[in-house]
Amino acid sequence: MVIDDSRAMRLILRRIVSGLNFEVVEAGNGREAMDRLTELEVVPELALIDWNMPEMNGLEFVTAVRADKKYRGMTLMMVTTESEHGQIVRALAAGAHEYVIKPFTPDAIVDKLVMLGLIPDGAHA
Amino acid sequence: MSLSAHEFQFVSSLVRREASIVLEPGKEYLVEARLLPLARKAGLASVTEFMLRAQGPSGRADRDAIVDALTTNETSWFRDREPFSAMTDLVIPNLVKSRGPSRSMRVWSAASSSGQEAYTLAILLKENLPPGWTYEILGTDISTEMLAKAERGRYSQLEVNRGLPAPLLVKYFTRSGPEWEVAAPIKKAVSFKRLNLAAPFPPMPTFDVVFLRNVLIYFDVETKRAVLKRIRNLLKPDGWLFLGAAETTMGIDDGFERVVTGRTSAYRPRTGTSAPVGVTGKG
Repeated sequence: MVIDDSRAMRLILRRIVSGLNFEVVEAGNGREAMDRLTELEVVPELALIDWNMPEMNGLEFVTAVRADKKYRGMTLMMVTTESEHGQIVRALAAGAHEYVIKPFTPDAIVDKLVMLGLIPDGAHA
Repeated sequence: MSLSAHEFQFVSSLVRREASIVLEPGKEYLVEARLLPLARKAGLASVTEFMLRAQGPSGRADRDAIVDALTTNETSWFRDREPFSAMTDLVIPNLVKSRGPSRSMRVWSAASSSGQEAYTLAILLKENLPPGWTYEILGTDISTEMLAKAERGRYSQLEVNRGLPAPLLVKYFTRSGPEWEVAAPIKKAVSFKRLNLAAPFPPMPTFDVVFLRNVLIYFDVETKRAVLKRIRNLLKPDGWLFLGAAETTMGIDDGFERVVTGRTSAYRPRTGTSAPVGVTGKG
Protein backbone atom coordinates (compact mmCIF):
# COMPACT_ATOMS: atom_id res chain seq x y z
CA MET A 1 0.00 0.00 0.00
CA VAL A 2 1.37 3.41 -1.02
CA ILE A 3 0.04 6.33 1.04
CA ASP A 4 1.03 9.81 -0.09
CA ASP A 5 -0.93 12.93 -0.93
CA SER A 6 1.30 13.58 -3.94
CA ARG A 7 0.18 11.72 -7.04
CA ALA A 8 3.66 11.99 -8.52
CA MET A 9 5.21 10.42 -5.43
CA ARG A 10 2.61 7.63 -5.42
CA LEU A 11 3.51 6.92 -9.03
CA ILE A 12 7.25 6.79 -8.25
CA LEU A 13 6.74 4.45 -5.29
CA ARG A 14 4.25 2.32 -7.24
CA ARG A 15 6.82 1.85 -10.00
CA ILE A 16 9.53 0.81 -7.56
CA VAL A 17 7.48 -1.75 -5.62
CA SER A 18 5.52 -3.13 -8.56
CA GLY A 19 8.93 -3.78 -10.15
CA LEU A 20 9.54 -6.03 -7.14
CA ASN A 21 6.33 -7.97 -7.84
CA PHE A 22 4.14 -6.27 -5.26
CA GLU A 23 0.55 -5.55 -6.15
CA VAL A 24 -0.08 -1.94 -5.24
CA VAL A 25 -3.04 -0.18 -3.64
CA GLU A 26 -2.88 3.60 -3.33
CA ALA A 27 -4.31 6.08 -0.86
CA GLY A 28 -4.03 9.87 -0.71
CA ASN A 29 -3.96 10.17 3.09
CA GLY A 30 -4.19 8.14 6.29
CA ARG A 31 -7.99 8.22 6.49
CA GLU A 32 -8.35 6.98 2.93
CA ALA A 33 -5.80 4.27 3.67
CA MET A 34 -7.77 3.10 6.74
CA ASP A 35 -10.89 2.92 4.56
CA ARG A 36 -9.08 0.92 1.90
CA LEU A 37 -7.78 -1.48 4.56
CA THR A 38 -11.30 -2.32 5.69
CA GLU A 39 -12.34 -2.97 2.07
CA LEU A 40 -9.42 -5.22 1.23
CA GLU A 41 -9.77 -8.97 1.69
CA VAL A 42 -6.06 -9.45 2.29
CA VAL A 43 -4.00 -7.37 4.69
CA PRO A 44 -1.16 -5.73 2.72
CA GLU A 45 2.34 -6.90 3.59
CA LEU A 46 3.79 -3.42 3.37
CA ALA A 47 2.74 0.20 3.65
CA LEU A 48 4.93 3.07 2.43
CA ILE A 49 3.69 6.10 4.32
CA ASP A 50 4.21 9.81 3.86
CA TRP A 51 4.13 11.91 7.06
CA ASN A 52 2.46 15.19 6.14
CA MET A 53 -0.96 14.54 4.62
CA PRO A 54 -4.42 16.08 5.08
CA GLU A 55 -7.14 14.49 7.25
CA MET A 56 -4.95 11.83 8.84
CA ASN A 57 -1.19 12.14 8.74
CA GLY A 58 1.30 9.29 8.49
CA LEU A 59 2.11 9.18 12.19
CA GLU A 60 -1.59 8.99 13.06
CA PHE A 61 -2.03 6.21 10.50
CA VAL A 62 0.87 4.21 12.00
CA THR A 63 -0.59 4.64 15.48
CA ALA A 64 -4.05 3.55 14.30
CA VAL A 65 -2.75 0.49 12.44
CA ARG A 66 -0.58 -0.58 15.37
CA ALA A 67 -3.60 -0.39 17.69
CA ASP A 68 -5.47 -2.99 15.60
CA LYS A 69 -4.36 -6.62 15.93
CA LYS A 70 -5.73 -7.41 12.45
CA TYR A 71 -2.85 -5.51 10.91
CA ARG A 72 -0.08 -7.02 13.01
CA GLY A 73 1.55 -8.56 9.93
CA MET A 74 1.88 -5.27 8.08
CA THR A 75 5.34 -3.77 7.71
CA LEU A 76 5.17 0.00 8.05
CA MET A 77 7.80 2.16 6.39
CA MET A 78 7.72 5.94 6.56
CA VAL A 79 8.85 7.68 3.36
CA THR A 80 8.95 11.37 4.18
CA THR A 81 10.79 14.67 4.06
CA GLU A 82 10.64 14.80 7.88
CA SER A 83 14.31 14.30 8.65
CA GLU A 84 14.81 15.42 12.25
CA HIS A 85 16.26 12.86 14.66
CA GLY A 86 13.31 13.32 17.03
CA GLN A 87 10.74 12.73 14.28
CA ILE A 88 12.34 9.41 13.30
CA VAL A 89 12.35 8.36 16.95
CA ARG A 90 8.64 9.29 17.23
CA ALA A 91 7.71 7.28 14.14
CA LEU A 92 9.64 4.21 15.32
CA ALA A 93 8.15 4.52 18.81
CA ALA A 94 4.66 4.67 17.28
CA GLY A 95 5.37 1.36 15.52
CA ALA A 96 6.97 2.14 12.16
CA HIS A 97 9.51 -0.53 11.23
CA GLU A 98 11.61 1.55 8.87
CA TYR A 99 12.15 5.10 7.76
CA VAL A 100 13.34 6.51 4.44
CA ILE A 101 14.08 10.19 4.15
CA LYS A 102 13.09 12.00 0.94
CA PRO A 103 14.77 12.54 -1.42
CA PHE A 104 15.74 8.90 -1.87
CA THR A 105 17.03 6.67 -4.63
CA PRO A 106 15.02 3.57 -5.63
CA ASP A 107 17.90 1.47 -4.24
CA ALA A 108 17.23 2.87 -0.77
CA ILE A 109 13.71 1.40 -0.82
CA VAL A 110 15.02 -1.91 -2.20
CA ASP A 111 17.76 -2.08 0.47
CA LYS A 112 15.24 -1.57 3.25
CA LEU A 113 12.87 -4.20 1.86
CA VAL A 114 15.78 -6.67 1.69
CA MET A 115 16.72 -5.85 5.29
CA LEU A 116 13.13 -6.32 6.38
CA GLY A 117 13.10 -9.72 4.72
CA LEU A 118 10.26 -8.75 2.37
CA ILE A 119 12.27 -9.49 -0.74
CA PRO A 120 15.27 -11.82 -1.10
CA ASP A 121 18.73 -10.33 -1.54
CA GLY A 122 19.61 -10.22 -5.22
CA ALA A 123 15.96 -10.48 -6.34
CA HIS A 124 16.17 -7.03 -7.87
CA ALA A 125 18.14 -6.08 -10.97
CA MET B 1 32.38 10.32 -26.08
CA SER B 2 34.40 7.23 -25.19
CA LEU B 3 37.90 6.91 -23.91
CA SER B 4 40.69 6.46 -26.47
CA ALA B 5 42.91 3.38 -26.31
CA HIS B 6 45.84 5.62 -25.38
CA GLU B 7 43.93 7.25 -22.53
CA PHE B 8 42.82 3.89 -21.17
CA GLN B 9 46.38 2.58 -21.40
CA PHE B 10 47.65 5.61 -19.45
CA VAL B 11 45.07 5.13 -16.68
CA SER B 12 45.52 1.38 -16.42
CA SER B 13 49.34 1.72 -16.20
CA LEU B 14 48.96 4.44 -13.57
CA VAL B 15 46.69 2.42 -11.26
CA ARG B 16 48.76 -0.73 -11.86
CA ARG B 17 51.92 1.13 -10.81
CA GLU B 18 50.46 3.07 -7.89
CA ALA B 19 47.94 0.61 -6.47
CA SER B 20 48.70 -2.79 -8.11
CA ILE B 21 45.20 -2.77 -9.50
CA VAL B 22 44.59 -4.42 -12.83
CA LEU B 23 42.17 -2.72 -15.19
CA GLU B 24 41.57 -5.09 -18.05
CA PRO B 25 40.38 -3.95 -21.46
CA GLY B 26 36.61 -3.75 -21.34
CA LYS B 27 36.71 -1.58 -18.21
CA GLU B 28 36.77 1.62 -20.27
CA TYR B 29 33.23 2.40 -19.20
CA LEU B 30 34.28 2.21 -15.54
CA VAL B 31 37.26 4.52 -16.08
CA GLU B 32 35.12 7.02 -17.94
CA ALA B 33 32.35 6.92 -15.32
CA ARG B 34 34.84 7.53 -12.53
CA LEU B 35 36.77 10.27 -14.35
CA LEU B 36 33.82 12.32 -15.53
CA PRO B 37 33.13 13.76 -12.05
CA LEU B 38 36.84 14.67 -11.77
CA ALA B 39 36.72 16.54 -15.06
CA ARG B 40 33.59 18.40 -13.95
CA LYS B 41 35.13 19.22 -10.58
CA ALA B 42 38.16 20.65 -12.40
CA GLY B 43 35.87 22.81 -14.54
CA LEU B 44 36.90 21.02 -17.72
CA ALA B 45 34.54 20.20 -20.56
CA SER B 46 35.48 16.57 -21.05
CA VAL B 47 37.38 13.59 -19.73
CA THR B 48 39.81 14.04 -22.63
CA GLU B 49 40.73 17.54 -21.45
CA PHE B 50 41.19 16.24 -17.93
CA MET B 51 43.39 13.40 -19.19
CA LEU B 52 45.57 15.86 -21.11
CA ARG B 53 46.10 17.88 -17.95
CA ALA B 54 46.78 14.76 -15.87
CA GLN B 55 49.45 13.60 -18.30
CA GLY B 56 51.21 16.95 -18.25
CA PRO B 57 54.17 17.91 -16.06
CA SER B 58 51.94 19.53 -13.42
CA GLY B 59 49.43 16.69 -13.40
CA ARG B 60 50.55 15.03 -10.16
CA ALA B 61 47.43 16.00 -8.20
CA ASP B 62 45.20 14.90 -11.09
CA ARG B 63 47.01 11.56 -11.28
CA ASP B 64 46.49 11.05 -7.52
CA ALA B 65 42.83 11.88 -8.01
CA ILE B 66 42.59 9.28 -10.79
CA VAL B 67 44.10 6.59 -8.53
CA ASP B 68 41.72 7.66 -5.78
CA ALA B 69 38.70 7.51 -8.09
CA LEU B 70 39.52 4.09 -9.46
CA THR B 71 40.36 2.43 -6.17
CA THR B 72 37.21 3.51 -4.43
CA ASN B 73 34.42 1.07 -3.81
CA GLU B 74 30.90 2.04 -2.99
CA THR B 75 30.05 0.81 0.47
CA SER B 76 26.82 1.06 2.34
CA TRP B 77 26.24 -0.07 5.91
CA PHE B 78 24.46 -3.39 6.32
CA ARG B 79 23.37 -3.64 2.69
CA ASP B 80 25.32 -6.83 1.96
CA ARG B 81 23.84 -8.54 4.99
CA GLU B 82 25.34 -12.02 4.85
CA PRO B 83 28.80 -11.32 6.33
CA PHE B 84 27.23 -9.25 9.11
CA SER B 85 24.73 -12.03 9.88
CA ALA B 86 27.69 -14.44 10.01
CA MET B 87 29.37 -12.07 12.47
CA THR B 88 26.38 -12.02 14.84
CA ASP B 89 25.36 -15.67 14.46
CA LEU B 90 28.74 -17.36 14.39
CA VAL B 91 31.88 -15.28 14.72
CA ILE B 92 31.07 -13.08 17.71
CA PRO B 93 29.62 -15.92 19.88
CA ASN B 94 32.63 -18.05 18.95
CA LEU B 95 35.18 -15.37 19.80
CA VAL B 96 33.36 -14.42 23.00
CA LYS B 97 33.95 -17.98 24.19
CA SER B 98 37.63 -18.07 23.29
CA ARG B 99 38.50 -14.46 24.23
CA GLY B 100 36.98 -14.70 27.70
CA PRO B 101 40.18 -13.77 29.56
CA SER B 102 40.96 -10.66 27.49
CA ARG B 103 37.35 -9.55 26.88
CA SER B 104 38.50 -7.57 23.88
CA MET B 105 38.23 -7.83 20.11
CA ARG B 106 40.11 -6.20 17.26
CA VAL B 107 38.66 -6.02 13.75
CA TRP B 108 40.21 -4.70 10.54
CA SER B 109 38.20 -3.21 7.68
CA ALA B 110 40.96 -3.55 5.12
CA ALA B 111 39.44 -1.51 2.30
CA SER B 112 37.36 0.86 4.34
CA SER B 113 36.53 3.35 1.57
CA SER B 114 34.30 6.06 3.04
CA GLY B 115 34.06 4.27 6.39
CA GLN B 116 30.61 2.68 6.38
CA GLU B 117 31.93 -0.87 6.81
CA ALA B 118 34.21 0.10 9.73
CA TYR B 119 31.41 1.96 11.54
CA THR B 120 28.95 -0.85 10.77
CA LEU B 121 31.34 -3.32 12.41
CA ALA B 122 31.70 -1.05 15.45
CA ILE B 123 27.90 -0.81 15.77
CA LEU B 124 27.62 -4.58 15.37
CA LEU B 125 30.14 -5.23 18.14
CA LYS B 126 28.55 -2.63 20.39
CA GLU B 127 25.16 -4.31 19.92
CA ASN B 128 26.36 -7.90 20.28
CA LEU B 129 29.31 -8.06 22.68
CA PRO B 130 28.51 -8.80 26.33
CA PRO B 131 28.81 -5.86 28.74
CA GLY B 132 32.35 -5.09 29.82
CA TRP B 133 33.96 -6.10 26.54
CA THR B 134 36.08 -3.64 24.61
CA TYR B 135 36.62 -3.53 20.86
CA GLU B 136 38.58 -1.58 18.33
CA ILE B 137 38.17 -1.29 14.59
CA LEU B 138 40.94 -0.30 12.20
CA GLY B 139 39.89 1.00 8.79
CA THR B 140 42.52 1.26 6.06
CA ASP B 141 42.33 2.44 2.49
CA ILE B 142 44.69 3.58 -0.23
CA SER B 143 42.62 6.69 -0.99
CA THR B 144 43.47 9.69 1.17
CA GLU B 145 40.25 11.39 0.07
CA MET B 146 38.17 8.42 1.26
CA LEU B 147 40.13 8.25 4.53
CA ALA B 148 39.39 11.90 5.22
CA LYS B 149 35.70 11.29 4.62
CA ALA B 150 35.74 8.18 6.79
CA GLU B 151 37.46 10.04 9.64
CA ARG B 152 34.88 12.81 9.54
CA GLY B 153 32.17 10.17 9.98
CA ARG B 154 29.53 12.42 8.46
CA TYR B 155 27.11 11.10 5.87
CA SER B 156 24.44 12.63 3.67
CA GLN B 157 20.81 11.65 3.92
CA LEU B 158 21.15 9.70 0.70
CA GLU B 159 24.02 7.75 2.25
CA VAL B 160 22.22 6.94 5.51
CA ASN B 161 19.15 5.87 3.54
CA ARG B 162 21.25 3.08 1.99
CA GLY B 163 21.11 -0.04 4.10
CA LEU B 164 21.22 1.50 7.57
CA PRO B 165 18.26 0.33 9.67
CA ALA B 166 16.37 3.34 11.06
CA PRO B 167 16.54 2.09 14.68
CA LEU B 168 20.36 2.05 14.41
CA LEU B 169 20.41 5.44 12.68
CA VAL B 170 18.66 7.14 15.58
CA LYS B 171 20.67 5.22 18.16
CA TYR B 172 24.17 5.78 16.78
CA PHE B 173 23.99 8.99 14.72
CA THR B 174 23.21 12.61 15.41
CA ARG B 175 21.98 15.21 12.96
CA SER B 176 24.61 17.72 11.99
CA GLY B 177 23.12 20.27 9.61
CA PRO B 178 22.09 18.40 6.47
CA GLU B 179 24.29 15.44 7.43
CA TRP B 180 24.29 12.63 9.98
CA GLU B 181 27.34 12.16 12.17
CA VAL B 182 28.47 8.91 13.79
CA ALA B 183 28.03 9.22 17.56
CA ALA B 184 31.15 9.77 19.67
CA PRO B 185 31.30 6.35 21.43
CA ILE B 186 31.31 4.57 18.05
CA LYS B 187 33.79 7.02 16.51
CA LYS B 188 36.11 6.52 19.46
CA ALA B 189 36.33 2.79 18.74
CA VAL B 190 37.29 3.29 15.09
CA SER B 191 40.56 4.60 13.68
CA PHE B 192 41.63 5.04 10.07
CA LYS B 193 45.06 4.77 8.44
CA ARG B 194 46.35 4.87 4.89
CA LEU B 195 47.58 1.50 3.67
CA ASN B 196 48.39 0.08 0.27
CA LEU B 197 47.39 -3.58 0.52
CA ALA B 198 49.59 -4.43 -2.45
CA ALA B 199 52.82 -3.25 -0.74
CA PRO B 200 54.50 -4.72 2.36
CA PHE B 201 52.61 -3.67 5.50
CA PRO B 202 54.09 -1.49 8.24
CA PRO B 203 54.16 -3.06 11.75
CA MET B 204 50.58 -3.83 12.74
CA PRO B 205 48.82 -5.63 15.58
CA THR B 206 47.06 -8.95 15.07
CA PHE B 207 43.32 -9.14 14.39
CA ASP B 208 40.43 -11.37 15.40
CA VAL B 209 38.48 -10.58 12.23
CA VAL B 210 39.46 -9.07 8.88
CA PHE B 211 36.98 -7.76 6.31
CA LEU B 212 38.64 -7.64 2.87
CA ARG B 213 35.67 -7.38 0.58
CA ASN B 214 35.66 -6.60 -3.13
CA VAL B 215 39.34 -5.73 -3.28
CA LEU B 216 41.06 -8.92 -4.43
CA ILE B 217 39.04 -8.87 -7.65
CA TYR B 218 41.13 -5.91 -8.79
CA PHE B 219 44.49 -7.64 -8.26
CA ASP B 220 46.38 -10.13 -10.41
CA VAL B 221 46.96 -13.62 -8.96
CA GLU B 222 50.46 -12.91 -7.66
CA THR B 223 49.30 -9.78 -5.83
CA LYS B 224 46.27 -11.64 -4.46
CA ARG B 225 48.57 -14.36 -3.11
CA ALA B 226 50.92 -11.83 -1.49
CA VAL B 227 48.04 -9.85 0.06
CA LEU B 228 46.39 -12.98 1.47
CA LYS B 229 49.69 -14.18 2.93
CA ARG B 230 50.35 -10.85 4.63
CA ILE B 231 46.83 -10.82 6.03
CA ARG B 232 47.13 -14.42 7.25
CA ASN B 233 50.21 -13.37 9.21
CA LEU B 234 48.17 -10.68 10.96
CA LEU B 235 45.14 -12.86 11.62
CA LYS B 236 45.02 -14.65 14.98
CA PRO B 237 45.21 -18.46 14.56
CA ASP B 238 41.50 -18.78 15.31
CA GLY B 239 40.57 -15.54 13.53
CA TRP B 240 38.21 -15.02 10.63
CA LEU B 241 38.55 -13.47 7.19
CA PHE B 242 35.60 -12.24 5.11
CA LEU B 243 35.96 -11.69 1.37
CA GLY B 244 33.51 -10.32 -1.21
CA ALA B 245 30.85 -12.68 -2.58
CA ALA B 246 32.78 -13.13 -5.83
CA GLU B 247 36.14 -13.74 -4.13
CA THR B 248 37.86 -16.76 -2.61
CA THR B 249 41.21 -17.91 -1.24
CA MET B 250 40.75 -21.25 -3.01
CA GLY B 251 43.53 -21.96 -5.47
CA ILE B 252 45.39 -18.85 -4.35
CA ASP B 253 46.38 -19.39 -0.73
CA ASP B 254 46.09 -22.89 0.75
CA GLY B 255 46.79 -21.51 4.19
CA PHE B 256 43.09 -20.71 4.58
CA GLU B 257 40.17 -23.06 4.99
CA ARG B 258 36.68 -22.09 3.97
CA VAL B 259 33.81 -22.20 6.42
CA VAL B 260 30.33 -22.03 4.93
CA THR B 261 27.97 -20.06 7.12
CA GLY B 262 24.44 -19.28 6.03
CA ARG B 263 24.61 -18.08 2.44
CA THR B 264 28.17 -16.80 2.71
CA SER B 265 31.67 -18.11 3.39
CA ALA B 266 34.32 -17.09 5.87
CA TYR B 267 37.95 -18.15 5.87
CA ARG B 268 40.16 -19.24 8.77
CA PRO B 269 43.89 -19.94 8.94
CA ARG B 270 44.34 -23.64 8.30
CA THR B 271 46.81 -23.94 11.16
CA GLY B 272 44.10 -22.81 13.61
CA THR B 273 43.92 -24.99 16.67
CA SER B 274 40.31 -24.32 17.52
CA ALA B 275 37.61 -26.86 16.70
CA PRO B 276 36.02 -26.35 13.30
CA VAL B 277 32.74 -24.48 13.30
CA GLY B 278 30.03 -24.79 10.69
CA VAL B 279 30.54 -26.82 7.56
CA THR B 280 33.93 -26.81 5.88
CA GLY B 281 33.59 -26.31 2.17
CA LYS B 282 35.39 -28.41 -0.38
CA GLY B 283 36.31 -25.57 -2.67
